Amino acid sequence: MGTARKISGSRAVSAAAGSSDGKVDPRGPRFSAAITSVVLAAALISIPGDSSASLLVPIVLLAFQAMVFGAAALFGLQAQLYGRVFRTLVVPRLGPPAEWEEEAPPRFSQLVGLVFVLVALVGLGFGLMWVAQIAVGFALTAALLNAVFNYCLGCEMYLLAARLRIRT
Amino acid sequence: MNSLWLLVVVVSVAIGFGLWRKWSDGRMRDDSTSLEIIASRLPAESTDGVEQEQLKVDPTDLGLTLGPRATLLQFSSAFCQPCRSARLLLTSLAEDLPGVTFAELDAEDHIDLVRSLQIRRTPTILLLDSSGNIRKRAVGLPRKSEVVAALANVV
Repeated sequence: MGTARKISGSRAVSAAAGSSDGKVDPRGPRFSAAITSVVLAAALISIPGDSSASLLVPIVLLAFQAMVFGAAALFGLQAQLYGRVFRTLVVPRLGPPAEWEEEAPPRFSQLVGLVFVLVALVGLGFGLMWVAQIAVGFALTAALLNAVFNYCLGCEMYLLAARLRIRT
Repeated sequence: MNSLWLLVVVVSVAIGFGLWRKWSDGRMRDDSTSLEIIASRLPAESTDGVEQEQLKVDPTDLGLTLGPRATLLQFSSAFCQPCRSARLLLTSLAEDLPGVTFAELDAEDHIDLVRSLQIRRTPTILLLDSSGNIRKRAVGLPRKSEVVAALANVV
């Protein structure tokens, strides 16, 4: 427990210093993805069939999730709310991880998640329920794949985007 | 569509997709089918390489040195979860097996090659023989036993 605290402390320092070789406990992003899945599933269920119904619940849930994604994408996984819960409540009971992994892939996936949730919010704003449903559906698929199979679907968007973006 | 039904669909698709990926990822596959497509798309090279079944990776263009027996060429990217594990596995295999070299390319820096080889995900691992012909391809974290078996067939 003591060593786990020390490690996370030194990582917090390196993350605050903007270190690019940040390492994360691989169990953290999976834990976060599990909570994200629950929030997104609740958001998906709460989207009404027609836009005349109240949109308060899906908007609150998606705005909350957007803040969680946004904090992680902007400031790193150290700033991600679910990751904080994992480190303060779960890690002391589990002990330190067997190995560390790069921070960049899960952090990038938070950015991809943010984009989908923002699209969903814009869809709700314009009364386009199907846009919100599809966007939340994709975000939930990615979160479930991360939580259940440890797949980073968002990461795969990077190479596909690079193939489209880079002209030769 | 009713949102509850949509949730059932999304969860089913995610689980199904995940299981399919788990089943197919990391297998060393023959690379002939996609290479035939590529060969037909490259008129300049297809004329002098019609009888050639495998597509070649030219090591000099990429600044690579091919292994005397085989080369494991990994395409990686900046945001790639399994790339590190794949690198560790293949590096240790290349150290244990004489004549086998491991090389890694950043897919983003070789986007033309990535397009022509139809690489869509990282890590993608190509098994090259001593002349640079692509003999096998694995997408995702490769399975050690399959890499070892594929290397035994190439050498």
